[in-house]
Amino acid sequence: MSLTNDDIKQKLTEKFGEQVYEFEEPYGMLTFEAPKDLNLKVLNFLYDDEALKFRFMTDLCAVHYPEKTGRELAVVYHLHNLVDNIRIRFKVFTDINKPDIYTASGLFSAANWMERETYDFYGVNFVGHPKLKRILNVDEMDYFPMRKEFPLEDSTRIDKDDEMFGRGGTLGFCERTDHGNATIAEADKPDETGRNII
Amino acid sequence: MARPVSYNLVKKPLEADISIADMPEGQQGEGFFATKLSNVIGLARKNSIWPLPFATSCCGIEFMATMGSHYDLARFGSERVGFSPRQCDLLMVMGTIAKKMGPVVKQVYLQMAEPRWVMAVGACASSGGIFDTYSVLQGIDQVIPVDVYVPGCPPRPEAIIDGVMRIQDLVGKESLRRRNGEQYKLLLESYGIQ
Repeated sequence: MSLTNDDIKQKLTEKFGEQVYEFEEPYGMLTFEAPKDLNLKVLNFLYDDEALKFRFMTDLCAVHYPEKTGRELAVVYHLHNLVDNIRIRFKVFTDINKPDIYTASGLFSAANWMERETYDFYGVNFVGHPKLKRILNVDEMDYFPMRKEFPLEDSTRIDKDDEMFGRGGTLGFCERTDHGNATIAEADKPDETGRNII
Repeated sequence: MARPVSYNLVKKPLEADISIADMPEGQQGEGFFATKLSNVIGLARKNSIWPLPFATSCCGIEFMATMGSHYDLARFGSERVGFSPRQCDLLMVMGTIAKKMGPVVKQVYLQMAEPRWVMAVGACASSGGIFDTYSVLQGIDQVIPVDVYVPGCPPRPEAIIDGVMRIQDLVGKESLRRRNGEQYKLLLESYGIQ
Protein backbone atom coordinates (compact mmCIF):
# COMPACT_ATOMS: atom_id res chain seq x y z
CA MET A 1 0.00 0.00 0.00
CA SER A 2 1.73 3.13 -1.15
CA LEU A 3 1.89 6.39 0.71
CA THR A 4 -0.95 8.82 0.14
CA ASN A 5 -1.42 12.45 1.05
CA ASP A 6 -3.78 11.50 3.84
CA ASP A 7 -1.17 9.22 5.41
CA ILE A 8 1.36 12.02 5.38
CA LYS A 9 -1.12 14.45 6.88
CA GLN A 10 -2.03 11.99 9.58
CA LYS A 11 1.58 11.31 10.52
CA LEU A 12 2.34 15.01 10.67
CA THR A 13 -0.61 15.83 12.90
CA GLU A 14 0.23 12.85 15.12
CA LYS A 15 3.71 14.17 15.69
CA PHE A 16 3.15 17.94 15.71
CA GLY A 17 -0.51 18.32 16.56
CA GLU A 18 -1.79 21.84 16.12
CA GLN A 19 1.55 23.23 15.02
CA VAL A 20 1.15 22.11 11.43
CA TYR A 21 -1.84 23.72 9.80
CA GLU A 22 -3.22 25.11 6.54
CA PHE A 23 -3.29 21.80 4.79
CA GLU A 24 -4.17 22.20 1.12
CA GLU A 25 -3.81 20.10 -1.98
CA PRO A 26 -3.43 22.31 -5.03
CA TYR A 27 -3.13 20.09 -8.10
CA GLY A 28 -2.78 17.06 -5.87
CA MET A 29 0.38 18.20 -4.07
CA LEU A 30 0.05 18.33 -0.29
CA THR A 31 0.94 21.72 1.09
CA PHE A 32 1.17 22.72 4.73
CA GLU A 33 2.55 25.36 6.96
CA ALA A 34 4.34 25.49 10.29
CA PRO A 35 5.81 28.18 12.53
CA LYS A 36 9.28 29.19 11.50
CA ASP A 37 10.95 27.95 14.68
CA LEU A 38 9.89 24.41 13.90
CA ASN A 39 11.10 24.29 10.33
CA LEU A 40 14.13 22.14 11.08
CA LYS A 41 12.14 19.80 13.32
CA VAL A 42 9.57 19.24 10.59
CA LEU A 43 12.23 18.78 7.91
CA ASN A 44 14.13 16.30 10.06
CA PHE A 45 10.97 14.40 10.81
CA LEU A 46 10.07 14.17 7.15
CA TYR A 47 13.61 13.01 6.41
CA ASP A 48 14.10 10.45 9.17
CA ASP A 49 10.71 8.80 9.35
CA GLU A 50 10.86 5.42 7.65
CA ALA A 51 7.42 5.65 6.14
CA LEU A 52 7.71 9.25 4.94
CA LYS A 53 11.31 9.33 3.65
CA PHE A 54 11.33 12.80 2.08
CA ARG A 55 15.02 12.73 1.39
CA PHE A 56 15.29 14.91 -1.69
CA MET A 57 14.91 18.68 -1.68
CA THR A 58 13.67 19.85 -5.04
CA ASP A 59 13.47 23.54 -4.37
CA LEU A 60 13.85 26.21 -1.74
CA CYS A 61 12.50 29.62 -2.56
CA ALA A 62 10.78 32.60 -1.04
CA VAL A 63 7.70 34.66 -1.81
CA HIS A 64 7.03 38.20 -0.75
CA TYR A 65 3.44 39.02 0.21
CA PRO A 66 3.46 42.73 0.96
CA GLU A 67 -0.13 42.82 2.17
CA LYS A 68 0.24 40.19 4.92
CA THR A 69 1.78 42.34 7.63
CA GLY A 70 3.71 40.27 10.14
CA ARG A 71 4.00 37.38 7.70
CA GLU A 72 5.40 39.01 4.58
CA LEU A 73 8.15 36.62 3.56
CA ALA A 74 7.30 32.99 2.97
CA VAL A 75 10.06 30.43 2.58
CA VAL A 76 8.83 27.43 0.63
CA TYR A 77 10.48 24.00 0.67
CA HIS A 78 9.62 21.45 -2.00
CA LEU A 79 10.51 17.93 -0.92
CA HIS A 80 10.32 14.70 -2.85
CA ASN A 81 10.04 11.10 -1.71
CA LEU A 82 12.01 9.26 -4.36
CA VAL A 83 10.88 5.79 -3.34
CA ASP A 84 7.13 6.35 -3.45
CA ASN A 85 7.24 9.32 -5.84
CA ILE A 86 5.32 11.75 -3.66
CA ARG A 87 5.99 15.47 -3.55
CA ILE A 88 5.17 17.79 -0.71
CA ARG A 89 5.36 21.52 -0.15
CA PHE A 90 6.18 23.05 3.21
CA LYS A 91 5.93 26.78 3.93
CA VAL A 92 7.13 28.94 6.79
CA PHE A 93 6.24 32.59 7.12
CA THR A 94 8.29 35.32 8.70
CA ASP A 95 8.12 39.04 9.33
CA ILE A 96 10.02 41.15 6.86
CA ASN A 97 11.64 43.22 9.59
CA LYS A 98 13.19 40.19 11.22
CA PRO A 99 13.53 37.52 8.56
CA ASP A 100 15.54 34.88 10.45
CA ILE A 101 15.01 31.25 9.52
CA TYR A 102 17.09 28.27 10.60
CA THR A 103 19.17 26.93 7.75
CA ALA A 104 18.39 23.57 6.17
CA SER A 105 21.89 23.22 4.74
CA GLY A 106 22.89 20.84 7.52
CA LEU A 107 20.26 18.40 6.34
CA PHE A 108 20.25 18.97 2.58
CA SER A 109 23.42 20.11 0.80
CA ALA A 110 21.28 21.47 -2.00
CA ALA A 111 19.91 24.03 0.42
CA ASN A 112 23.28 25.75 0.60
CA TRP A 113 23.20 27.61 -2.71
CA MET A 114 19.41 27.83 -2.77
CA GLU A 115 19.46 29.69 0.54
CA ARG A 116 22.16 31.99 -0.75
CA GLU A 117 19.96 32.79 -3.73
CA THR A 118 16.96 33.37 -1.44
CA TYR A 119 19.06 35.71 0.67
CA ASP A 120 20.33 37.49 -2.45
CA PHE A 121 16.88 38.21 -3.81
CA TYR A 122 14.63 38.47 -0.74
CA GLY A 123 16.90 39.21 2.19
CA VAL A 124 15.94 36.17 4.23
CA ASN A 125 18.62 35.63 6.85
CA PHE A 126 19.38 31.93 7.27
CA VAL A 127 20.73 31.42 10.77
CA GLY A 128 23.67 29.03 10.82
CA HIS A 129 24.43 29.11 7.10
CA PRO A 130 28.14 28.56 6.43
CA LYS A 131 28.52 31.33 3.84
CA LEU A 132 25.52 33.58 3.45
CA LYS A 133 26.51 36.06 0.80
CA ARG A 134 25.18 37.15 -2.56
CA ILE A 135 25.45 34.54 -5.22
CA LEU A 136 23.87 35.81 -8.43
CA ASN A 137 23.90 39.58 -8.10
CA VAL A 138 26.87 41.91 -7.80
CA ASP A 139 28.24 41.92 -4.27
CA GLU A 140 27.89 45.66 -3.86
CA MET A 141 24.14 45.62 -4.31
CA ASP A 142 22.43 46.97 -1.20
CA TYR A 143 18.82 46.11 -1.94
CA PHE A 144 16.90 42.87 -2.45
CA PRO A 145 15.54 42.86 -6.00
CA MET A 146 12.65 40.38 -5.85
CA ARG A 147 10.86 42.12 -3.02
CA LYS A 148 7.80 43.92 -4.29
CA GLU A 149 8.92 47.32 -3.02
CA PHE A 150 10.15 48.89 -6.21
CA PRO A 151 8.33 50.69 -8.99
CA LEU A 152 8.27 48.87 -12.28
CA GLU A 153 10.48 51.40 -14.03
CA ASP A 154 13.26 53.45 -12.59
CA SER A 155 12.12 57.04 -13.06
CA THR A 156 15.61 58.44 -12.60
CA ARG A 157 17.14 56.61 -15.58
CA ILE A 158 18.79 58.94 -18.02
CA ASP A 159 20.31 56.56 -20.51
CA LYS A 160 17.10 55.30 -22.07
CA ASP A 161 15.69 57.52 -24.77
CA ASP A 162 12.13 58.52 -23.81
CA GLU A 163 11.00 58.84 -27.39
CA MET A 164 12.12 55.43 -28.43
CA PHE A 165 10.51 53.80 -25.42
CA GLY A 166 7.12 55.35 -25.88
CA ARG A 167 7.19 57.70 -22.91
CA GLY A 168 6.10 61.08 -24.13
CA GLY A 169 8.70 62.78 -26.23
CA THR A 170 7.99 64.73 -29.38
CA LEU A 171 6.40 61.95 -31.39
CA GLY A 172 3.70 61.35 -28.82
CA PHE A 173 3.34 57.59 -29.03
CA CYS A 174 1.09 56.03 -26.40
CA GLU A 175 -0.21 59.37 -25.27
CA ARG A 176 -3.80 58.24 -25.61
CA THR A 177 -6.13 58.84 -22.70
CA ASP A 178 -9.07 56.67 -23.78
CA HIS A 179 -7.78 53.52 -22.18
CA GLY A 180 -11.29 52.72 -21.03
CA ASN A 181 -13.15 52.03 -24.26
CA ALA A 182 -10.98 50.42 -26.84
CA THR A 183 -13.32 49.64 -29.69
CA ILE A 184 -12.49 48.83 -33.25
CA ALA A 185 -14.05 50.97 -35.93
CA GLU A 186 -16.51 49.10 -38.16
CA ALA A 187 -14.42 49.57 -41.26
CA ASP A 188 -11.33 48.03 -39.69
CA LYS A 189 -12.97 44.87 -38.46
CA PRO A 190 -12.03 41.82 -40.49
CA ASP A 191 -14.88 40.66 -42.73
CA GLU A 192 -16.48 37.24 -42.57
CA THR A 193 -13.85 35.52 -44.62
CA GLY A 194 -11.17 36.60 -42.19
CA ARG A 195 -9.33 38.80 -44.66
CA ASN A 196 -9.10 42.56 -44.66
CA ILE A 197 -6.73 42.52 -41.74
CA ILE A 198 -4.28 45.21 -42.67
CA MET B 1 1.84 39.77 -46.45
CA ALA B 2 5.53 39.25 -46.99
CA ARG B 3 7.86 42.07 -47.91
CA PRO B 4 9.24 41.77 -51.44
CA VAL B 5 12.83 40.66 -51.71
CA SER B 6 15.05 43.68 -52.18
CA TYR B 7 18.60 42.32 -52.15
CA ASN B 8 20.45 39.85 -54.33
CA LEU B 9 17.97 40.14 -57.19
CA VAL B 10 20.42 39.99 -60.07
CA LYS B 11 22.47 36.86 -60.37
CA LYS B 12 26.11 37.85 -60.45
CA PRO B 13 28.18 35.91 -62.96
CA LEU B 14 31.20 34.08 -61.63
CA GLU B 15 34.26 36.10 -62.60
CA ALA B 16 36.99 33.81 -61.43
CA ASP B 17 37.27 30.66 -59.43
CA ILE B 18 39.42 32.24 -56.79
CA SER B 19 38.95 35.73 -55.41
CA ILE B 20 42.08 37.54 -54.42
CA ALA B 21 42.28 40.74 -52.43
CA ASP B 22 42.75 43.90 -54.43
CA MET B 23 46.15 45.49 -54.73
CA PRO B 24 46.51 48.77 -52.87
CA GLU B 25 47.36 51.87 -54.87
CA GLY B 26 50.97 52.41 -55.52
CA GLN B 27 53.72 52.72 -58.07
CA GLN B 28 54.53 49.65 -59.99
CA GLY B 29 57.55 48.95 -62.07
CA GLU B 30 59.75 46.19 -63.41
CA GLY B 31 59.96 43.84 -60.44
CA PHE B 32 58.86 46.22 -57.71
CA PHE B 33 55.75 47.70 -56.25
CA ALA B 34 55.85 50.75 -54.01
CA THR B 35 53.02 51.74 -51.76
CA LYS B 36 52.41 53.08 -48.28
CA LEU B 37 53.41 50.84 -45.41
CA SER B 38 50.04 51.34 -43.76
CA ASN B 39 48.33 50.03 -46.90
CA VAL B 40 50.32 46.84 -46.91
CA ILE B 41 50.01 46.25 -43.21
CA GLY B 42 46.33 47.07 -43.32
CA LEU B 43 45.81 44.63 -46.16
CA ALA B 44 47.60 41.87 -44.33
CA ARG B 45 45.84 42.52 -41.04
CA LYS B 46 42.37 42.84 -42.40
CA ASN B 47 42.42 39.56 -44.24
CA SER B 48 43.71 37.58 -41.30
CA ILE B 49 41.74 38.71 -38.29
CA TRP B 50 41.74 36.17 -35.49
CA PRO B 51 38.51 36.58 -33.56
CA LEU B 52 37.89 35.81 -29.91
CA PRO B 53 34.28 34.74 -29.63
CA PHE B 54 32.97 35.87 -26.25
CA ALA B 55 29.71 34.07 -26.84
CA THR B 56 27.27 34.27 -23.95
CA SER B 57 23.79 33.47 -25.21
CA CYS B 58 21.68 33.24 -28.34
CA CYS B 59 23.95 35.40 -30.45
CA GLY B 60 26.64 32.83 -29.74
CA ILE B 61 24.52 30.24 -31.48
CA GLU B 62 24.22 32.51 -34.48
CA PHE B 63 27.99 32.84 -34.46
CA MET B 64 28.28 29.06 -34.47
CA ALA B 65 26.14 29.11 -37.60
CA THR B 66 28.35 31.81 -39.06
CA MET B 67 31.43 29.70 -38.52
CA GLY B 68 29.73 26.72 -40.12
CA SER B 69 30.15 25.90 -43.75
CA HIS B 70 27.00 27.56 -45.05
CA TYR B 71 27.87 31.10 -43.93
CA ASP B 72 31.55 30.46 -43.68
CA LEU B 73 33.44 33.13 -41.77
CA ALA B 74 36.72 31.39 -42.50
CA ARG B 75 36.75 32.68 -46.05
CA PHE B 76 37.33 36.17 -44.61
CA GLY B 77 40.51 35.05 -42.97
CA SER B 78 38.99 34.29 -39.59
CA GLU B 79 39.71 30.61 -39.85
CA ARG B 80 41.40 30.36 -36.50
CA VAL B 81 39.20 31.48 -33.65
CA GLY B 82 41.18 31.64 -30.47
CA PHE B 83 39.99 31.65 -26.92
CA SER B 84 43.09 33.20 -25.53
CA PRO B 85 42.96 36.99 -25.55
CA ARG B 86 46.73 37.21 -25.84
CA GLN B 87 46.61 35.82 -29.35
CA CYS B 88 43.52 37.42 -30.81
CA ASP B 89 42.78 40.64 -32.63
CA LEU B 90 39.03 40.96 -32.52
CA LEU B 91 36.91 40.55 -29.39
CA MET B 92 33.41 39.61 -30.49
CA VAL B 93 31.02 39.96 -27.57
CA MET B 94 27.93 38.02 -28.48
CA GLY B 95 25.13 37.84 -26.00
CA THR B 96 23.78 39.29 -22.79
CA ILE B 97 26.40 40.53 -20.38
CA ALA B 98 25.23 40.72 -16.78
CA LYS B 99 26.58 43.34 -14.43
CA LYS B 100 28.48 40.62 -12.64
CA MET B 101 30.15 39.67 -15.92
CA GLY B 102 31.21 43.23 -16.76
CA PRO B 103 34.57 43.11 -14.96
CA VAL B 104 35.31 39.78 -16.65
CA VAL B 105 34.80 41.27 -20.12
CA LYS B 106 36.99 44.19 -19.13
CA GLN B 107 39.71 41.85 -17.93
CA VAL B 108 39.62 39.90 -21.18
CA TYR B 109 39.86 43.17 -23.12
CA LEU B 110 42.83 44.30 -21.03
CA GLN B 111 44.67 41.08 -21.74
CA MET B 112 44.47 41.57 -25.49
CA ALA B 113 47.52 42.96 -27.22
CA GLU B 114 47.37 46.01 -29.45
CA PRO B 115 46.07 46.38 -32.12
CA ARG B 116 42.73 45.13 -30.92
CA TRP B 117 39.20 45.70 -32.08
CA VAL B 118 35.86 45.03 -30.37
CA MET B 119 32.61 44.06 -31.99
CA ALA B 120 29.33 44.05 -30.07
CA VAL B 121 27.05 41.49 -31.68
CA GLY B 122 23.38 41.59 -30.97
CA ALA B 123 21.05 43.89 -29.11
CA CYS B 124 22.10 42.78 -25.63
CA ALA B 125 25.78 43.51 -26.13
CA SER B 126 25.04 46.79 -27.87
CA SER B 127 22.54 48.26 -25.44
CA GLY B 128 21.17 45.69 -23.03
CA GLY B 129 18.58 44.55 -25.54
CA ILE B 130 15.17 43.64 -24.21
CA PHE B 131 16.62 43.12 -20.74
CA ASP B 132 16.09 46.55 -19.22
CA THR B 133 16.70 45.30 -15.71
CA TYR B 134 18.85 45.61 -12.61
CA SER B 135 21.13 42.77 -13.46
CA VAL B 136 22.00 43.34 -17.12
CA LEU B 137 24.74 45.68 -18.28
CA GLN B 138 23.09 48.09 -20.69
CA GLY B 139 25.61 47.69 -23.44
CA ILE B 140 29.24 46.64 -23.21
CA ASP B 141 30.33 50.13 -24.11
CA GLN B 142 29.80 50.88 -20.44
CA VAL B 143 33.00 48.95 -19.75
CA ILE B 144 35.07 48.70 -22.95
CA PRO B 145 35.38 50.78 -26.13
CA VAL B 146 33.53 49.21 -29.04
CA ASP B 147 34.33 49.57 -32.74
CA VAL B 148 31.41 47.97 -34.52
CA TYR B 149 27.90 47.26 -33.29
CA VAL B 150 25.81 44.62 -35.03
CA PRO B 151 22.13 45.06 -34.18
CA GLY B 152 19.68 42.21 -34.23
CA CYS B 153 18.09 39.79 -31.85
CA PRO B 154 19.83 37.68 -32.89
CA PRO B 155 21.48 39.11 -35.99
CA ARG B 156 21.46 36.77 -38.94
CA PRO B 157 24.82 35.24 -39.89
CA GLU B 158 24.87 37.54 -42.89
CA ALA B 159 24.63 40.49 -40.52
CA ILE B 160 27.50 39.18 -38.42
CA ILE B 161 29.55 38.76 -41.58
CA ASP B 162 28.64 42.31 -42.52
CA GLY B 163 29.94 43.43 -39.14
CA VAL B 164 33.19 41.59 -39.75
CA MET B 165 33.50 43.27 -43.13
CA ARG B 166 33.10 46.68 -41.49
CA ILE B 167 35.82 45.72 -39.05
CA GLN B 168 37.93 44.80 -42.05
CA ASP B 169 37.36 48.27 -43.46
CA LEU B 170 38.44 49.81 -40.17
CA VAL B 171 41.49 47.60 -39.97
CA GLY B 172 42.54 48.26 -43.53
CA LYS B 173 42.35 52.01 -43.20
CA GLU B 174 43.77 52.42 -39.73
CA SER B 175 46.78 54.65 -39.36
CA LEU B 176 49.85 52.97 -37.91
CA ARG B 177 50.25 55.71 -35.35
CA ARG B 178 46.72 55.61 -34.01
CA ARG B 179 47.41 53.41 -31.00
CA ASN B 180 50.16 55.67 -29.75
CA GLY B 181 48.25 58.88 -30.24
CA GLU B 182 46.76 61.27 -27.73
CA GLN B 183 43.15 60.71 -28.74
CA TYR B 184 43.36 56.97 -28.25
CA LYS B 185 44.93 57.45 -24.85
CA LEU B 186 42.10 59.76 -23.84
CA LEU B 187 39.57 57.22 -25.08
CA LEU B 188 41.06 54.48 -22.95
CA GLU B 189 41.29 56.72 -19.93
CA SER B 190 37.62 57.51 -20.20
CA TYR B 191 37.07 53.80 -19.59
CA GLY B 192 39.52 53.70 -16.75
CA ILE B 193 42.14 51.78 -18.70
CA GLN B 194 45.73 53.02 -18.55
